Amino acid sequence: MRIAGKGLIDRDKPVRFTFDGKPYQGFKGDTVASALLASGVKVVGRSFKYHRPRGVLTAGSEEPNALIEVIGAANQTPNVRATVQEVFEGLTTRSQNHIGSLRWDLLAVNDLMAPFFSAGFYYKTFMWPRAFWETLYEPAIRRAAGIGRLSGRHDEGHYEKAYAFCDLLVVGGGPTGLMAALTAARAGADVMLADEDSRFGGRLLSNGETIDGAPGLAWVAEVEAELAAMPNVRLMRRTAVTGAYDDGVYGALERVSLHRPARPDTPRECFWRITARRTILAAGALERPIAFPMNDRPGIMMAGAVETYLNRYGVAPGQRVTLFANNDGARATARSLMAAGVQVAAILDSRETASAVEDCPVYLGARVTDTKGRHGLRHIKGNHALGTFELETDCLAMSGGWNPTVHLTCHMNGRPRWSDEIAAFVPSEGAVPGLVAAGAANGTFTTHGCLSAGAAAATAALADLGIKAVTPVAMPKAEGLPYAIEPCWTVKGKGRAWLDFANDVTTKDVLLAAHEGYASVEHMKRYTTQGMAPDQGKNSNVGALAVLADATGRGIAETGTTTFRPPYTPVSIAAMGAGGRAKGFAPQRFMTSDQASRDRGAPMIEAGLWYRPSYFPKPGEATWFEACNREVAMVRGSVGVADVSTLGKIDVQGRDAARFLDLVYTNTFSTLPVGRARYGLMLREDGLVMDDGTTARLGDDHYLMTTTTAAAGLVMRHLDFIHQTHCSDWDVRFISVTESWAQFAVAGPKARALLNAVLDAPLGDFPFMSCGQVLVGGVQARLFRISFSGEEGYEIAVPTRFGESLFRDLLAKAETMGGGPYGMEALNVMRVEKGFITHAEIHGRTTAFDIGMEKMISPKKDCIGKAMAARPGLLGPERQQLVGLKIALGTSPCSGAHLFTLGDTVGREESQGYITSFAHSELMGACLGLAFLKNGRARQGEKIRIVDHLRGLDLTAEVCDPVFHDKEGEKLRA
Amino acid sequence: MPELIAKPALDDAPLSLGACRLEAVELGSITSIALFPGKEKAADKALKPLGLSFPAPNSLVQKAGAMLVWTGRDQAFLIGAEAPDLAGLAATTDQSGGWSALRLTGQKAVDVLMRHVPLDLRLAAFPVGRAVRVSLGHMSAVLIRDAEGFLILTFRSMARTAWHELEVALRTVAARG
Repeated sequence: MRIAGKGLIDRDKPVRFTFDGKPYQGFKGDTVASALLASGVKVVGRSFKYHRPRGVLTAGSEEPNALIEVIGAANQTPNVRATVQEVFEGLTTRSQNHIGSLRWDLLAVNDLMAPFFSAGFYYKTFMWPRAFWETLYEPAIRRAAGIGRLSGRHDEGHYEKAYAFCDLLVVGGGPTGLMAALTAARAGADVMLADEDSRFGGRLLSNGETIDGAPGLAWVAEVEAELAAMPNVRLMRRTAVTGAYDDGVYGALERVSLHRPARPDTPRECFWRITARRTILAAGALERPIAFPMNDRPGIMMAGAVETYLNRYGVAPGQRVTLFANNDGARATARSLMAAGVQVAAILDSRETASAVEDCPVYLGARVTDTKGRHGLRHIKGNHALGTFELETDCLAMSGGWNPTVHLTCHMNGRPRWSDEIAAFVPSEGAVPGLVAAGAANGTFTTHGCLSAGAAAATAALADLGIKAVTPVAMPKAEGLPYAIEPCWTVKGKGRAWLDFANDVTTKDVLLAAHEGYASVEHMKRYTTQGMAPDQGKNSNVGALAVLADATGRGIAETGTTTFRPPYTPVSIAAMGAGGRAKGFAPQRFMTSDQASRDRGAPMIEAGLWYRPSYFPKPGEATWFEACNREVAMVRGSVGVADVSTLGKIDVQGRDAARFLDLVYTNTFSTLPVGRARYGLMLREDGLVMDDGTTARLGDDHYLMTTTTAAAGLVMRHLDFIHQTHCSDWDVRFISVTESWAQFAVAGPKARALLNAVLDAPLGDFPFMSCGQVLVGGVQARLFRISFSGEEGYEIAVPTRFGESLFRDLLAKAETMGGGPYGMEALNVMRVEKGFITHAEIHGRTTAFDIGMEKMISPKKDCIGKAMAARPGLLGPERQQLVGLKIALGTSPCSGAHLFTLGDTVGREESQGYITSFAHSELMGACLGLAFLKNGRARQGEKIRIVDHLRGLDLTAEVCDPVFHDKEGEKLRA
Repeated sequence: MPELIAKPALDDAPLSLGACRLEAVELGSITSIALFPGKEKAADKALKPLGLSFPAPNSLVQKAGAMLVWTGRDQAFLIGAEAPDLAGLAATTDQSGGWSALRLTGQKAVDVLMRHVPLDLRLAAFPVGRAVRVSLGHMSAVLIRDAEGFLILTFRSMARTAWHELEVALRTVAARG
């Protein structure tokens, strides 16, 4: 019900939205919760376990009951707090956690079985039979107890991540935060002021207090306008600071456009990482419920929330309201209601001695012992100092006192301190370096106190920052009534008394936990699930501790509290991972030949971050397999061209370059003549193989190292590590030139002819493993005679900007010779035929011995990994060694399949090895595999069984030498 | 005999949105100069004719269209000028085609970069004349602030991704107003 003339909503701007398919009207400035309450909607959700009808409890982000789904065109967001979600035209929302309608939820049957669903129920009940847990119990329980639902589709919404830096971060824009921000900003500090609410003002938005004799909100508007006009201030509304991390870093979630219809290029949310030199926590306090019997009926709300709905939204949540409280502050709610013409049935004050002077009946020493009204509160019963009472009431505002919002101060393992004075935990000083709590977040509950605390905290922060405050901010006058409280945690009675509304945890559950030995607060939490719902115990934590403390005969301070961890409020994963969906997951690296390859219809496959052509289809070819076989035959018969620019290229220079390479590689490079290249093998410090590749000597003090595509970055890091830790004083410098050169393999019997067609001068004597400078169209190019295919092969490199041009030229000329481009598939077949290894073989667990290259570890010099490679267990017949496998044509590729001795049982312990690479070789008339086989080199000629459980294959192969094609290397050297 | 045609990493037209402009620029020659141990003074002498000296970490020196940008320990990139003879003093490597350069200018350039760069780029913390190695999202980059604005160097092969990431940030910042 709306109250005329009240509230901060814009009554000139009506907004239509839907809830559970039904249209409702609110006003600009409303939340879904306030608009539904204004429309008389009491039940907004169902509880987690018992499926009890629930109404709005709070008016903030701590809401445990009013969790809804927001349905967008592309998104479905579950567990949105209706108390936070602002209404906008076209907003579609839905209640959650019920089967059938919200009002008649079939799962409400759980409520009748409540006596059986005590804490630990699942652990005790669904133990047997064991196999039923995964197949039956868990899915059924999840179906019944799930809360919001996801759409099951990709979230293609636009999210954003951003970094920010400031001198002072102020968390919370109430009186404390505004005063702190103003004080610091006037002194010239770079200030960020963040508040999770859509408006600054904090409690002043709700309580109608005055500042300097004028409405508090006038002061808020004045301060806000001044801050907004300052270039050194960033105002961040709808931004919840969710976590405190090392070095003054804070996580924050901004709801950029969740409060309005989607707009192009505007993100839904932004996840901020804010680095602040100093932080003031001015996040206020949260009101806590009282655990009296049947305290979960729709219509039973926090007193502060009732005040908020009245003063901020102009909504009376009931027509005949009752107040049940244990402190003076809550009386303001009753007074506001009466002033607005709403009937207050009674004030039930739990204290024996408190003022009884109000404009309505006041009962002291009062307790509510029972309530009635399934879909909305109708009736309450209780007792007070003079007897019992029964009241007709449709809204019960309760207040068990306020808890300072200490959460951020606990994120780095700080423990809050118990204050008897306000019966609540307050932050410990210094719990988060650079952060100071002030105002209500620090246990100061008067507006006057908050304003002073904000100014004082900012002044202290300025001193820390070395900034001098020039213009002192005059302290505004505000109310300073004391906060008088006497704890009242629970009321004994027949019915269940809820502590954690979201997870349906009652006082009985906590008592049971204590009774069954879970007396530690952390154990109680896990046994009962108290504090483990989306509200993370914001409403229930202290109440549950009080019950546990009482049950175990300890004080609350002694019982302690559970650990508050980030995030303070739920953060969508989509926001944290903003930009990382689909192609945003990693950068894409394109070769210069990329467009030319795509022009020819080549499907591109990812190789690390690179995109490389898989094969180049020709008309009439139905499958990749046909194209691949043609390309292999083309290279072996005439000439093929492949872009190999993705291989890592590292330029090494200096008087100690040769010495450095001798240290890095197992074999010797100091003896390599200028103008020659050599294959090199590199070990990790632990003696296992790191990488391989050819390195060419371009000059006396100048080498060019080639790495594999996969390990290019890794090798660069390895070299840096060796240089810095072993030989930082050596005269050697190295830098990646991978990106500076586009390099193409030209392979096949007609390779030289093709090169001569593009080189400015015909190639002279250029034996296998030569390197040198050549000219292509006047451009300096590098030529290497190396081969990864087993054919006569060259690699020609030009500065990257000429890459595409050279690639297109090479292809055009190759095609006139019966050649053309070849892709990764053909490349792989040819290297398997030749027995060349890749990272499929040197995968990090193999040694030089395993791949048959132990002789490459030079006995004449030391190298990285040499000593470790000689460890026992790394050399010998017990090792799985590289072998070739020959299998009949027509079998499917099966890398990853395991090898078994014929006649052995097929089991994990009998595995003799595994296949690493596989190729269908027309040339050899067989399927070829590279594999690691126990004592493999001694087993050549043996028949071995291949079992591939994934593909359901069981084959027999012949073990042979890994080099199948041109064993003597005559073709390479032709 | 073929004539090789040089092609830039990006051929996108400049993008102006809100108070920001993103443009692919050709920097011409880029040479890495990596000092050999103890050769800093001798190298400075050799660089003198260009009006340059070896820059301190995280900074750059500029003179008449040429700039020398710190890019790592004992390493700097000479941009826009041919390197003098530094034989025996430093390892020099041609890096010209290996980097793609983006120029980002305008009032909200810092806001755009803050979507990807985890570094304090406020003018007081990152004034004109600063140059750093930094990550741009998942990419390694060289970030330079000169009188015009920002210059961002990324691997040539990643130029498309760099452009895309910055374009999205530009659009987002413009849309946020």
